[in-house]
Amino acid sequence: MDKDRKEGIKGMANPGRYGIERVAYWLMRITGLGLLFYFIGHIYETSSLLDGKAAWDSMLELTQTTEGHIFLALVIGMCVFHTGNGIRLMVAQAGFGFGKARRPDYPYTPSSLNMKNKLCIYVSIGLAALAMMYGLSVMFHV
Amino acid sequence: MSNIIRESHIMKIHYLTALVAVGFVIIHIMIRFTHGSFANSLEFESVIANYKSIPYAIVLEAMLILISVHGFNGLRIILLELKQGNAYENAVTYGCLAAMIALIAYGSRTIIMASMGMVEA
Amino acid sequence: MTKDGALPKGFERPTVSASPNDSSVQEKYEEVKSSSKTITLRISKFNPEKDLRTAFHAFTVPYQRWTTVLDAILEVKSHQDHSIGVRYSCRQATCGSCGMIINGKPRLACFTKISELDSDVVTVEPMNNFPLIRDLAVGFERMFSTHKRIKPYVIREDSETNPGTKEFLQSPEDVEKYIQFASCIKCGLCNSACPTMTTDSTFIGPQGLAQAYRYVADNRDQGKDERLRIIDEPHGIWRCHFAGSCSQVCPKGVDPAMGIQLLRGYLLGYRK
Repeated sequence: MDKDRKEGIKGMANPGRYGIERVAYWLMRITGLGLLFYFIGHIYETSSLLDGKAAWDSMLELTQTTEGHIFLALVIGMCVFHTGNGIRLMVAQAGFGFGKARRPDYPYTPSSLNMKNKLCIYVSIGLAALAMMYGLSVMFHV
Repeated sequence: MSNIIRESHIMKIHYLTALVAVGFVIIHIMIRFTHGSFANSLEFESVIANYKSIPYAIVLEAMLILISVHGFNGLRIILLELKQGNAYENAVTYGCLAAMIALIAYGSRTIIMASMGMVEA
Repeated sequence: MTKDGALPKGFERPTVSASPNDSSVQEKYEEVKSSSKTITLRISKFNPEKDLRTAFHAFTVPYQRWTTVLDAILEVKSHQDHSIGVRYSCRQATCGSCGMIINGKPRLACFTKISELDSDVVTVEPMNNFPLIRDLAVGFERMFSTHKRIKPYVIREDSETNPGTKEFLQSPEDVEKYIQFASCIKCGLCNSACPTMTTDSTFIGPQGLAQAYRYVADNRDQGKDERLRIIDEPHGIWRCHFAGSCSQVCPKGVDPAMGIQLLRGYLLGYRK
């Protein structure tokens, strides 16, 4: 850290210091980037369809492995979390779910970090975990 | 870019594309389950049959556009926050726009050709 | 004071019989000193004009239940190292001068008791995301200039000071809408905790945005459109991702994250 005291990517990515909302912020970034890269790969993967059955099957073979299935389960989890948390953010960023502004009284408890918001984050993480397990059960025929 | 379109308009597009894309992704996944099993749904013939259904091809095209717009705008936002400066910010904005257009064009090619049956035997 | 000049009952001055050298006073002082616990205070020292890197200097400091981190720093500055650069003024969480990173989190040094930190080692560093002046003191120029940019005053065509005009009356309900955000002391802790500000130094920041909301929500103000235009830019309000860290560290209960989301409601058309 130089004299500008900018924390940089390390500070931005450090989810530990400020509670679950900061963890959700970090997860939203990671899952967003992950989904974008998966999407680009998925478009490339499906384009093999145009080269006929043999090309499609050989591309499919790459993903029909244990690692491929685990990767796909991760994508399912990322997708569910990003959707759930994204809806929470859209509602919150429109200014809903905080109640009214009021005169602050000590000890200060910020309305923006209320239980409803925290619960939505936990539900998003929980749903993502459930979706991943379901995805794994489908892919591994459990 | 901010001279052409206000950031609030870009973000409204960001939110809207996310909401609509979620609906289409649900349809896309549900279609996988109409083929019996997950593995069967990925058979070459099943996938080609999907593409030849015009309504489904439209869903795929819409999804391609919506997710590309949302995804590359998200990437633009992350990159703009990492570093600042006019040249860098213009490069990020127009780079993301170009990548988005390229991906949409590449994906559309697959959808159009597959739905028209222009697939190698 | 009574007629005869005596102080009322209960307000009498104690009779001072002991001189500074009196052994009972000295004993009492030694007793208090030995009964207090001690902590290790690690202070970040860095002078950008001389030093190449930050060094942490450790000091052993006695403390009581009521000792604040600022008290401890000043104790070190008085008795152990006079060269420590620290900014402070009111010592009662009103001036917003003594913001710093205390055990990894942005806090006001005068508002943080050592006993509440629950640690034998207290590490103090200058706030993140601000240019460093020296040791624990950071520069506020950028934050103040962003604050000015959002026009932190009531904008109206008429004025309370014009002849023939009255004061702008508000109901208690009108005041409630913004009073929370008017408590901001500009200490900069919110900007120091903000994840966007860790990399984006052109971002307006939670302090400026919350203050923009304070004036937009004020029904005396007519500058809403002007302020919304200022914050609706690539490094404006949309770079807030509602991580809520700003609200978590605010020592005055301002809740900048709430103000920012409410402000965004105007740009999205949910509020008029």
